[in-house]
Amino acid sequence: MMRQVALVTQREFNSYFATPLAFVFIFVFLLATGLSTFYLGGYFEAGQADLTSFFLFHPWLYLFFLPAISMRLWAEERRNGSIELLLTLPVPLSAVVLGKYVAALSFSALALALTFPIWLTVNYLGNPDNGVILAGYLGSLMLAGGYLAIGSCVSACTRNQVIAFVVSVVVCFLFTISGAPLVIEVFRGWAPAALVDTLAGFSFLTHFRAITGGVIDMRDLVFFVSLIGIFLTATAIIVDMKRGDS
Amino acid sequence: MIDILNLTKDFGDFRAVNDVSFSVERGQVLGFLGPNGAGKSTSMKMITGYLRPTSGTALIDGVDICQEPLRAQQCMGYLPEGAPAWPDMTPRQFLDFVTRIRGLDKAAARHAAGRAIEMTELHGVLDQPIDTLSKGFRRRVGLAQAIVHDPDILIMDEPTDGLDPNQKHQVRAAISEMARTKAIIISTHILEEVDAICTRAMIIDRGRVIVEGTPSALAARSAYHGAVVLTATSARADDLAAQLETLTQVRIEREDRGAEAIFRILRDDKSDETAAALFARVQACLEQMSAAIIGLALEAGRLDDVFRDLTRGAGAEASQ
Ligand SMILES: Nc1ncnc2c1ncn2[C@@H]1O[C@H](COP(=O)(O)OP(=O)(O)OP(=O)(O)O)[C@@H](O)[C@H]1O
Ligand SMILES: [Mg+2]
Repeated sequence: MMRQVALVTQREFNSYFATPLAFVFIFVFLLATGLSTFYLGGYFEAGQADLTSFFLFHPWLYLFFLPAISMRLWAEERRNGSIELLLTLPVPLSAVVLGKYVAALSFSALALALTFPIWLTVNYLGNPDNGVILAGYLGSLMLAGGYLAIGSCVSACTRNQVIAFVVSVVVCFLFTISGAPLVIEVFRGWAPAALVDTLAGFSFLTHFRAITGGVIDMRDLVFFVSLIGIFLTATAIIVDMKRGDS
Repeated sequence: MIDILNLTKDFGDFRAVNDVSFSVERGQVLGFLGPNGAGKSTSMKMITGYLRPTSGTALIDGVDICQEPLRAQQCMGYLPEGAPAWPDMTPRQFLDFVTRIRGLDKAAARHAAGRAIEMTELHGVLDQPIDTLSKGFRRRVGLAQAIVHDPDILIMDEPTDGLDPNQKHQVRAAISEMARTKAIIISTHILEEVDAICTRAMIIDRGRVIVEGTPSALAARSAYHGAVVLTATSARADDLAAQLETLTQVRIEREDRGAEAIFRILRDDKSDETAAALFARVQACLEQMSAAIIGLALEAGRLDDVFRDLTRGAGAEASQ
């Protein structure tokens, strides 16, 4: 089973690099992180030796970049018919779902890892707390994992990549802002407190900020891991249900 | 080796496959025939575990495809309709992936792929992305994928579609060769292929099996089975026609084809004469005119006539 997951991951991961698109993607991603850190985040003005302004924009960058990775996971497979091949090979569906997801996550981890010059820069300029920075990277990876799991599930619903992209952005957006003060205020007046708390509890933003703050609370990690588990299970169920309709 | 039990598939209200049962043993090649939309591909998708049957099931070497799909799929090779593949991979990578995910180690995978490449003559395109291959080569890659692990059971949906005549011949020879040790199901629209490689044929229409039997038994259902076919020079065709008029208890069809005229002499409904006797009678009747005769033969019956007779209802319905 693990061997098969690894083979599926490898195949999928290599397919990202079959076209120059992967390199363009990584380039644009790095450019966007750089710009957002230095211009929007006011990295220099802050005069602090940390990466707060760098991580600040990750949820919003990921919101558009990650659905672009996940949209093809299943939609493409269905469009070119290879899903029939994949599902008639003697491989458990869970191995295929997991393998594909890990490939997407590895790709986004690679893009994230390539931001290391920023980390070198802060270490050159000052004396940052590298533990906090590491926590920031962990939080960022968790966040990416959440977005990609949602994207995988949405991609399983359609054979149209554009639809998969748009719907993923919308769903990820809802998960991101569900804890924002603006949203909470809207509900606070009339909804029961338990509902408001649950809603806030689902916020990617809240959990992400908690981890990147440097305090790694198990609950935040459990939140992301279980959310990923739920969406991947849903992916498998949807792929299984939609076998017939191409 | 393959036992199909009351296989049925509904898409909403529409019954695409209706209570299909049959079995295929080692050494047999079953040809699936039927008009477009008959349910051939849908049946194959259920047999290979891609689609879940609405009811019924398939036993693959005794293993229920619905209960233990992975075990059943392990000993099965499948060429889906249209030979899908991952377009960005090269045939070499594709075969390596398919073989290794089936559990072969690196060395065994390379050996197996080599054999499949040999059989499908893919040497020239091994390192070219699949989406840049021609249709025929893509089909051959799909075939290679289906046979790469030397499965006991092979299911192929239109394996020779899009192949050039040489390749068609080659693939048919390969299928006949493999048939000795495997149970094979193919679907095809090429009726001569059924004669060439199938040990049994099955005509499906609107989800139901209409007839089943050896290709020659099916062909014998043709109205032309046992007819005498006479080919003559068209210059003397009218004289011949006059002469043939003297025969009793026959029905004669004439077809003019440029320099030749073809007569089909059929026993009429009341006749109980054998085909051989009719043949002798025609020969005797034309004794004086042998100079005008190019060919005289006994028709075995043609599968496409049978096919058309049995499935015409569907075509008529669809065109309304
Ligand atoms: N996913 C689906 N949803 C609804 N109807 C379907 C679906 N798949 C197939 N059908 C219908 O089932 C019928 C049988 O289709 P199938 O592909 O099995 O035909 P076929 O015999 O393979 O035809 P062809 O010779 O054209 O390949 C068709 O009428 C088709 O429209
Ligand atoms: Mg078909």
